Amino acid sequence: MTRATIRGWQIVHRWSSLVCTLFLLMLCLTGLPLIFHDEIDALTDDAPPLAQLAADAPLRPLDELLARALAERPGEVGLYMSFDEDRPVANITTGPAPDAAGGDMTITAFDQRTAEPVGVLAEDGVMHFILQLHTDMFAGLPGMLFLGVMGVLFAIAIVSGVILYAPFMRKLDFGTVRATRSRRVQWLDWHNLLGIVTLAWTLVVGLTGVIHTLADPLVTQWRDHDLAGVTRVYDARRLPPPDPARLASIQGAVDTARAAMPGNRVQFVAFPGVAYSSRHHYAVFLQGDTPLTKGLLTPVLVDALSGELSAVRPMPWYMKALQLSRPLHFGDYGGLPLKLIWAAMTLFTILVLGSGVYLWVAKRRHAQTPARAPPAPAIEQWMPAE
Amino acid sequence: MSAGRARGAWAIFAWPGLLAAATMIGLIAALIGDGLHDVLAWIALALPVVAVVVAQAVRRQ
Repeated sequence: MTRATIRGWQIVHRWSSLVCTLFLLMLCLTGLPLIFHDEIDALTDDAPPLAQLAADAPLRPLDELLARALAERPGEVGLYMSFDEDRPVANITTGPAPDAAGGDMTITAFDQRTAEPVGVLAEDGVMHFILQLHTDMFAGLPGMLFLGVMGVLFAIAIVSGVILYAPFMRKLDFGTVRATRSRRVQWLDWHNLLGIVTLAWTLVVGLTGVIHTLADPLVTQWRDHDLAGVTRVYDARRLPPPDPARLASIQGAVDTARAAMPGNRVQFVAFPGVAYSSRHHYAVFLQGDTPLTKGLLTPVLVDALSGELSAVRPMPWYMKALQLSRPLHFGDYGGLPLKLIWAAMTLFTILVLGSGVYLWVAKRRHAQTPARAPPAPAIEQWMPAE
Repeated sequence: MSAGRARGAWAIFAWPGLLAAATMIGLIAALIGDGLHDVLAWIALALPVVAVVVAQAVRRQ
């Protein structure tokens, strides 16, 4: 690598990192508690435990649960129904209209065996605040997309950092920290070591985060273009959206979907007109049973008026990418040890970001001290002596 | 390899490359299964962290 090439990559590395560092530090600091949100939620959950019933207690029809939910929220319509993995609980989301904003939705959990409500899922509290800050900094879609751009800069910083690693390490063994040298040199060595060992993890978590920032546009694209293939016949007949009060049985829709894809588990049902369905269908989302297929949902579309099967519609590639990036970003797919590794990697990343800023400041200060500064401070000054 | 002699890209990126490969194997292992797959993932993903600790133990100059 020529000196000019190194200088060029240094400029790329310096500016891509400087622009994104503050936001990446925020993402790391908010991400740390989010890794453990299941454990934290379980600790702070003050809802009473479920009633003790026989293990094979029969489940009530989902329509009964839905009727209970709507009775408690007069004037609202059903939007989503999701199913807990580890207990017989259905979470029913209601809102004033199918296109209601997230803040107007209410999520109530029901025991499927008794059709009794067992708690309202609150979208507030410290963890929710942290999640919002991490997702969009309370700025909605523009905030998400902005963080996506920061993620792309982060990836550029990582790649340029790896390229610069080579000239720095030409005369050093892997892992060397020159403890007898100045503080700057020691931090440079730490920056290089921690940066290079976390390389693959930061790239994966960073880029899956970038994919997440595109979630809203991707879901809209999927609904308006992919699902539109199923609803074309409805549009051709100019059918109005179904009256929410006259929908077919939701239990029937779930049973139809299960029969269409035996061996799969129902993760959630989207009601007609919401973001995850067409205006004319219940979209029943089925999942497999490995961490991989659990994330890759397949929607089965059931006509919301007739209750008949319309289509089994596997997700297009961009929705699969979005769903696959969920576990890879969250680190919640391999038990507590995986989460602890996620936390360790996050701490390493914080050190890399912090030492990067320190090195930049230290270098500028060094350059501004006339007695010590060479005319143009070069990368070579911190490289091992020839 | 002794300090002072310049080394090529292969030597420089041998350890980082192995650790990156271990990371990817770990990330994917936990995705495709539970149980043993998870254990493999924990071991593979812990290697970068272990490498830092070990390097400090043997390479402090």
